[in-house]
Amino acid sequence: MIAHDQATPTISEGHTRRSALLIAALALVGALIFTSLVLLSSNVPPLAAYNLIFLGTFSTPTRISDMVMLASPLLLCSCGLTLTFAAGLYNLGIEGQMALGAVAAMIPLRLLPNLPPPLLWVLAFACGAAGGAMWALLVAGLRIRLQVNEIFAGLGLNFLASGIALYLVLGPWRRIGRASSSGTEPLPTDVWLPTFGTLRVAPAAPVIALIILVLIWFAVTRTRWGLELRAVGLNPQAAGRMGIPATRRLAESLAACGALAGIAGAIQVLAVFHQLIPSISSGIGLLALLVVLLIQANPAWVLPIAAAFAIFTTGSLQMSVALGADSSIAGVLQGALVLFALLARGLSGRR
Amino acid sequence: MEVSVHNLTKTFGTLRANDRISLHFAGGQIHGVLGENGAGKSTLMKLLSGFLRPDGGEILLDSTPVALGEPGAALRAGVGMVHQEPLDVPGFSALENLLCAAPRWALPTRIEARNTLIVLAGRLGFSIAPDDPISALTVGQRQQLEIIRLLACGARTLILDEPTTGISAAQARSLFAALRRLAAEGNTVLFVSHKLDEVAAICNTVSVLRAGQVVGEGQVPMPQPQERLLNMMFGGGADHTNPVETPRRGVSTTTNPVETPRRGVSTTVPAWQIEGISARDGNMVLAGLDLSIPAGAVVGLAGLEGSGQQILLRLLCGQLRPSAGQLRLAGVDMAGATSATFRQGGVEYLPADRLVKGLVGPLTLAEHFALLQPGGAIINRHGAEVKARAAITGYNIKATPDSPILSLSGGNQQRAMLAMIPDNTRALVCEQPTRGLDVASARAIWGRLMARRDAGCAVVFATADLDEILDYSDYVLVFFAGRVSQMLPRAELSAYRLAELIGGVGFDAVNGRAKANPQ
Repeated sequence: MIAHDQATPTISEGHTRRSALLIAALALVGALIFTSLVLLSSNVPPLAAYNLIFLGTFSTPTRISDMVMLASPLLLCSCGLTLTFAAGLYNLGIEGQMALGAVAAMIPLRLLPNLPPPLLWVLAFACGAAGGAMWALLVAGLRIRLQVNEIFAGLGLNFLASGIALYLVLGPWRRIGRASSSGTEPLPTDVWLPTFGTLRVAPAAPVIALIILVLIWFAVTRTRWGLELRAVGLNPQAAGRMGIPATRRLAESLAACGALAGIAGAIQVLAVFHQLIPSISSGIGLLALLVVLLIQANPAWVLPIAAAFAIFTTGSLQMSVALGADSSIAGVLQGALVLFALLARGLSGRR
Repeated sequence: MEVSVHNLTKTFGTLRANDRISLHFAGGQIHGVLGENGAGKSTLMKLLSGFLRPDGGEILLDSTPVALGEPGAALRAGVGMVHQEPLDVPGFSALENLLCAAPRWALPTRIEARNTLIVLAGRLGFSIAPDDPISALTVGQRQQLEIIRLLACGARTLILDEPTTGISAAQARSLFAALRRLAAEGNTVLFVSHKLDEVAAICNTVSVLRAGQVVGEGQVPMPQPQERLLNMMFGGGADHTNPVETPRRGVSTTTNPVETPRRGVSTTVPAWQIEGISARDGNMVLAGLDLSIPAGAVVGLAGLEGSGQQILLRLLCGQLRPSAGQLRLAGVDMAGATSATFRQGGVEYLPADRLVKGLVGPLTLAEHFALLQPGGAIINRHGAEVKARAAITGYNIKATPDSPILSLSGGNQQRAMLAMIPDNTRALVCEQPTRGLDVASARAIWGRLMARRDAGCAVVFATADLDEILDYSDYVLVFFAGRVSQMLPRAELSAYRLAELIGGVGFDAVNGRAKANPQ
């Protein structure tokens, strides 16, 4: 019977690894060709543009620190989405969860301004996580109790969350003397997360993001909870038959994702904008969706891809000054990468 | 309209679903087509109505060879099929369905469509009005609408696939009256069924299919003795005199499937006790069911597919809540219990769709065992791998612990699923336990199931394979159109009698509804 333990699986394993590399190469080549066509059609020299996108970030310490402050919430959101993707959910509500996290983080900052800052930070992060988780649990409730698809529930709640943020900015939390949709009164500088010298980078943000990344990696690959999440995502019926509480795992993954998005929102408030602004999530949640789509929720790849996307975005910000082109070209490249990766995967699956 | 087929052949992979079928259906008559599940009836009807293309042979309508590439072409040529599940749009009214499903030339205007509907419904005695919403119609009425649509589109040959499934007796009578009338007007009706009494009631001729071929000399005129038809359907090899057959597929652990009573059976509580249970699933209803399924026995559920076996299987593992009555699992009342509660109570369910309901395809064998580890937040990878290895050796699974379940063959998947069943399982519910397996794999699976039974586990299984029922059951429950027989000891059941019961012949004598059952 030991004779049966033979080669076929190993072959298929090697095969999948090779085909994964092939898919990555195809996606990269396809995305570069596509982006080049877009660049050429708008009369931007592609090589100069790529030079900015790939390397522009590293030209000054300021830009590197901007990249880190973009990468930190992006990492957090990608970690959260890794969980919901594993459970087979498309949590498009992550933007709203981030915004609600930011709003919740503002509450202790406004109500208890006299607490020592470290305690305030802990409170702000805790409230942010709770706010994001609560917003995500609304999605879970709609999905589980009322059979509303999580995509639509999430999108709807995104509008509601940005409405709440806008209302607070213009209404109860408006700047003294004038209401401006640009944001609330900036926080006193002593509650800003401490930065590195004069740079904008607050070391606490990437540290928190990296710690959480390790935790998520461990949860997904090593714990029973993570395995159950994957089982539910891959085949909820069979998971239920094997005694896994499928609906509960769905709700937990959403809550965890919301909590991480909420922490990202708190970082936006404490370390990036230092106030609540209506578009506090800055599209980071959607960018994280692209990251996770590209890596198929494999936590080992979250760091390199999230960092690369942050580098592209930060680097391309100089496009308008240097080349007279819009910085949104980074978005074209990121989107094209994901599209071509999905395309290549679909083609290799059909074979 | 005369319909003939000549040497018609259709293969799916290695399966010859229709094998050189030659038949002639005369106009102005109702022709029955009989056969057990998988005999090739549906394939033949789909070929005739253009849903499938033949691989060989030809179809002749009024002696002219035709190529029916798709259902629309078949309908233009005058052949229309009424499916078991009516194909309609639930949100539309009857008239709107008629309009959107009919080609423009058939019903050019809304008024014309309305008139056609009213006239045809009146002529055929159908109770259907143009503005009825589909969602408010019964299956019988939707079927009537479908017949009206086909006639409005010019069908002169109507094919009905199991038309009386899920409709009331009154609707069946009205359907039969309409079919007789249509035949009298010169139309051809092909009536596919497995209910012998219905075929006897309305058919002028009958043709029997078995294993993709026409049985015997082909079409025979009705009436025919029931015995002859059963013989044709289930094969003349069935032993008519000796009720106990020796199992053809011997399994090491079962020398004789009818050696009862089994160790300890009399002292243990029945695995399941069912009192006055009613349950519904779609169109099918089981009502007032009383049953007691003993521990340590194999109970085979026989009957043509969709006769109610699914409902009982799902009831037994808690996937379907009864609308009335009481179910006790090992003496414990399971009122309001979920399938998780049943599972904790020791019931394991082995679905037929292994990769849909049973296993998580992309996960590996070891990961499945990790999922089954009792508690512990962190996966004991080593423990799971040891268990997977033990299962591989013990159950002769051709795989490694790291093989994704997807990469295993059907037999290996089934063995893996069996290997994952905990030892303390009290009762097993199996849906087609050997579906798609070769003979050796099927035998191995049954060896395992019999070992479970001998250890005191109750095994309930449903299958379309009569031999499997006869070879492995201790008791047989026969399902016929939502009615359930008593628990029939296998020892008292011949293959022929079982075939009769499945066709509904003499079913009243064993109908278990009023009486409680064995022992």
